[in-house]
Amino acid sequence: MNDKQYALVIDLNVCVGCHACVTSCKEWNTSGFAGPLPDTNPYGAEPSGVFFNRVQTFECGTFPATETIHFPKSCLHCEEPPCVPVCPTGASYKREADGIVLVDTDKCVGCKYCSWSCPYGVREFDEVMGVMKKCTLCVDRIYDLSLPPERRKPACVLACPSGARIFGDIKDPTSAASVAIFESSGYQLMPEWGTSPSNHYLPRRKAKILLHEDELVRADNALKIEADLAKPAFSAPSIDDMSSW
Amino acid sequence: MRPAFSVLFLTTLIGAGQGLLVALVAGQWYFVIGAGPAAESGRFYALGVVAALAFLGLGLFASFFHLAKPQRAWRTISQWRTSWLSREVILLPAVVGLAMIYGGVHFLEWKPVLLTFTNQKSLDLSMALGFLVAGAALLLFVATGMIYACVRFMPQWSSAWTVVNYTLTGLSSGFIAATAFATWAKSPLAGFFAAAALVLTLTALVGKAVHLWRNGRIKPTSSMRTAIGVNHRNIRQMTQGFMGHSFNTREFFHPGSPEAVKGVVALGLAFGFAIPAGLVVAAWVVGEWQIAVAAVAIQYAGLLAERWAFFAQGHHVQNLYYQTRG
Ligand code: SF4
Ligand code: SF4
Ligand code: SF4
Repeated sequence: MNDKQYALVIDLNVCVGCHACVTSCKEWNTSGFAGPLPDTNPYGAEPSGVFFNRVQTFECGTFPATETIHFPKSCLHCEEPPCVPVCPTGASYKREADGIVLVDTDKCVGCKYCSWSCPYGVREFDEVMGVMKKCTLCVDRIYDLSLPPERRKPACVLACPSGARIFGDIKDPTSAASVAIFESSGYQLMPEWGTSPSNHYLPRRKAKILLHEDELVRADNALKIEADLAKPAFSAPSIDDMSSW
Repeated sequence: MRPAFSVLFLTTLIGAGQGLLVALVAGQWYFVIGAGPAAESGRFYALGVVAALAFLGLGLFASFFHLAKPQRAWRTISQWRTSWLSREVILLPAVVGLAMIYGGVHFLEWKPVLLTFTNQKSLDLSMALGFLVAGAALLLFVATGMIYACVRFMPQWSSAWTVVNYTLTGLSSGFIAATAFATWAKSPLAGFFAAAALVLTLTALVGKAVHLWRNGRIKPTSSMRTAIGVNHRNIRQMTQGFMGHSFNTREFFHPGSPEAVKGVVALGLAFGFAIPAGLVVAAWVVGEWQIAVAAVAIQYAGLLAERWAFFAQGHHVQNLYYQTRG
């Protein structure tokens, strides 16, 4: 167990499914630490390519009572990553310092065995380079001292126009990520496998307000006298120390 | 799961090679304990080991096609503490090396006595090496089986039956190869090998049937509900996020229809086990080595089908996320 565990918290209540995180991730990482992220046949009938992040869309319910859920998915940087111990070369590893799960592309033999041991289907093999690739949690951004501090965040987090992605240390109870998990009932994907994913998801929240008739019609002016209220004396206490003056 | 031909060839070929080595050692032991009428010559074992090494070498050759970066293969021995794949990579050359020494010692007829027991039986160098070879070969069966059995997210594989089947199938094909070899060499061991091959092949068939039966009754651990964490009974994927393909849609799916997979399973059971068992009996009775060689060839084709189906029938948990192109 790490003392520090960086992770993403993704708010399904806010995500609009625009894929900005997908494209910004690809743009940043293809020339970054784990790049390139090659595409094969990108303009043909059967395009294919390596992405670290995908946005999927699910529909729940039966028409007309349905709900659409946009579901961004990248490596969850599990606290008990099943993909790591199975790697025969040690190319897959979890960092002690911050819990990020990475692939050392200089050691990977391309056996693809780690991808069999990830239940979330987030590792993507790079056929061109012949090595396994995955989300790096933008390890080459978050520690980059040449960036202004507020920009030291993953590319996908910065790109999200609706602010659906929160980055932070989930072991620090005061981080924005921990607070969001705690206050908005953040949950993990497929907890039944004991992988303890670090990335959390915030559920859809229904925002409903119940109005009663008497709340719509003004009822507190019983005498129906429409006039300014009498000004209180200057020294009289006012309700909010402001009104009438 | 996509059946990768490199892995199909690797597992079937090294299985036969290991099985043949175990058979040769068992044959030698059969004489040592005094069950056989005469002993076999050192050249017989040496030639048998050469055949086994051919199987293992071809398998090793096929395995390199599975690695995208074979020039880094040496790195795969480093994580033996946690990875069964790493353990297999260590055991395979160990079996090859031990088998070479075993074959060499037999070829040179170098048989210094190492131990003499109270019952006047003795353990010579070749027999001691034989036990090492057989032990390493059996461990390699376990390692190969565990590579698949330890993938928790593939419910069809994650069972002790995977290891049992890899071992029994390998032993069966090895003993059938040994039968063919011994019949051709007119060895007194032919009968022993044929009888053992028959028993092993039928046991392997039963083991395979039990595994298939078990796989038909698996209850999925995960569902769409836990996959996306929405507590709803009716969840459909509208899009997996892309209209083309990705690694995840290629590696974990195969193009065969469910009927085709069923057909291949049947072919595998018939050609991999039932027909070879019959041919072994025929070769034993008639004593023609051609029949036993036909059994080897037919069984090999059958085992390729069996292994193809083993992969095709594996449904990975990640497939929950890749159901709808769009
Ligand atoms: S999400 Fe998959 S690849 Fe990422 S750490 Fe967990 S098991 Fe490994
Ligand atoms: S953290 Fe970085 S690598 Fe991971 S999905 Fe976001 S942009 Fe991609
Ligand atoms: S950019 Fe933000 S809103 Fe758009 S898909 Fe990604 S997470 Fe959702």
